[in-house]
Amino acid sequence: MPKLPAPPVPAALKEAPPRPDEPRTETGAIETAKQAGTTVIDWIDERTSLSGTGRWLMFRKVPKGTNWAYTLGSATLFAFLSQAVTGVFLAMYYRPSATGGAYESVRQITTGVFLGQFVQGMHLWGASVMIVLVFLHMGRTFLYGAYKYPRELTWVIGVVLLILTMVMALTGYLLPFDQRAYWATVVATNITGTGPIVGPYLADFLRGGPEFTTTTLSRFYAIHMLVVPGAMIALIGAHLYLVSKLGTTAPPWRRAHRESPFDTVEA
Amino acid sequence: MNQRQKEEYLREYSILKSEGKPFFPYAVAKDAAMACIVMAIIITLSILFGAELGPKVNPTSTTYVPRPDWYFFFLFELLRITKPPSLTGLATVGIPTLGMILLFLLPFFDRSPERRPERRPVAMFTLVFVVGAMAFLTYDGATIGTPTALEIKTPKAVIAQGAAAVAKFEAGRLGVAQSGCEACHDIAGNGNPGPGPELTHIGARVPEEAIARTLDNPIAPMPSFRHLPNAKFEAIIYFLSQLK
Ligand code: HEC
Ligand code: HEM
Repeated sequence: MPKLPAPPVPAALKEAPPRPDEPRTETGAIETAKQAGTTVIDWIDERTSLSGTGRWLMFRKVPKGTNWAYTLGSATLFAFLSQAVTGVFLAMYYRPSATGGAYESVRQITTGVFLGQFVQGMHLWGASVMIVLVFLHMGRTFLYGAYKYPRELTWVIGVVLLILTMVMALTGYLLPFDQRAYWATVVATNITGTGPIVGPYLADFLRGGPEFTTTTLSRFYAIHMLVVPGAMIALIGAHLYLVSKLGTTAPPWRRAHRESPFDTVEA
Repeated sequence: MNQRQKEEYLREYSILKSEGKPFFPYAVAKDAAMACIVMAIIITLSILFGAELGPKVNPTSTTYVPRPDWYFFFLFELLRITKPPSLTGLATVGIPTLGMILLFLLPFFDRSPERRPERRPVAMFTLVFVVGAMAFLTYDGATIGTPTALEIKTPKAVIAQGAAAVAKFEAGRLGVAQSGCEACHDIAGNGNPGPGPELTHIGARVPEEAIARTLDNPIAPMPSFRHLPNAKFEAIIYFLSQLK
């Protein structure tokens, strides 16, 4: 089995190698725990053969010159996960009913629930942070020409993710059902309605009819909670599979050292 | 890119990659640090600004002016600055749709093998232009505000005069909001800063009768408002005279 590379810990923290005069003990608590861990992993691996995938995923190389701008994608992913977690907590208290107290349930979250306002604030501001990060990440890949061969599909999936992120922001805006939410959404669906060809149908679909009714809120809730997040998880999976398979780009100004007769081959 | 260029890229890339470091732990450590920063920013924003909940939905009120979250300001601003109504659909749906289609197709029409920003002048010019336009529209949408929203606190002096005065002040506020004064006047941060003078403290500067005279028979380009219903006209005068 190939050995895992040692983590870069300072020398002082490294475990001392066993001295030759000390008998090797295999019975300490730590040793037992280590073996238990290995056993569990072996058990799972025997049935799934996942360890090869894991190794492929974690120990693939990233090119020389990879800098902090390359963390923007995973930062976006992290913001998405934060939205998912805070969203689940909000869903525990939210009632998606225009007549049955959507507004009141949000009021309850902000005033009555322990840390409710904090979690709602995280969800609200997390949306802004995620949008900023998506645009920065897109800007980075554009600037580095990372959308070019062979990563065209990664880019196309990215654009779909961008649109879905904006759809999340738009549909989420209605859910508190206060004046601001209501009127902004009325305008947004009206704008949708002026769109070419499918515009009016799309607007009718969103509203659940030609008028803005209580069905509208349920539709937005279903889209915000189920449809778009599901699609996003699937697409992020595809995006990340392609990123791992193709490798991330090297910064465009990096050149490989070409082999020349004067180079000595390093072992 | 033709076949030769593709192969050349892949060859060069495989060398660069083999010179690199493993994803774990090097890239993972950076990603984790970035995740901590993102978390810290979200938590700080939540603690500082929290979540606000406005008044409850009231579909019958028409004076409430919708305002989107900041990331849709550019769309609302497009809506605001395209004046002929026949063009608004084109501007608010057409431009973003076109932008999205161009984004989708980008890898297919930009096929040159060049990746260095300084050697892709068209791409960089487009980037600067698009970012600039979006930033400008967002900024404009954020600062100008919607031309019919008028948010102002009822002055203490009015509250002291009792409920009837408050109601009249409120009627005047709605009247001013509906009459489009904010297209030319700044009232306590609402509306445009010109071409008319700021009206935030108009009641302290100009006596009530003079305000009425201005509204009745103003100097161009301000239009006359003498055709307004009497009660509304008086409420507007009262409202303005209380802005001290
Ligand atoms: C088309 C632009 C425009 C609109 C709309 C407009 N104004 Fe004016 N207003 C002006 C200009 C320009 C002046 C300065 C005229 C002058 O030279 O005295 C002015 C002056 C005034 C003054 C006198 C200010 C002073 O310092 O003496 C008052 C009061 C006033 N406007 C109130 C209103 C009210 C109330 C409305 C809405 C019902 C309104 N205006 C709508 C352009 C406008
Ligand atoms: C939910 C939104 C998104 C998530 C979670 C996400 C995640 C990621 C991650 C983790 C990477 C690895 C490299 C890096 O971090 O830079 C990556 C790469 C990439 N992403 Fe995204 N992304 C998202 C949206 C987008 C968008 C909107 C675009 C562009 C339209 C895009 C285009 C790309 C491209 C082209 C790469 C390859 C970059 C390279 O190889 O250097 N992504 N993405």
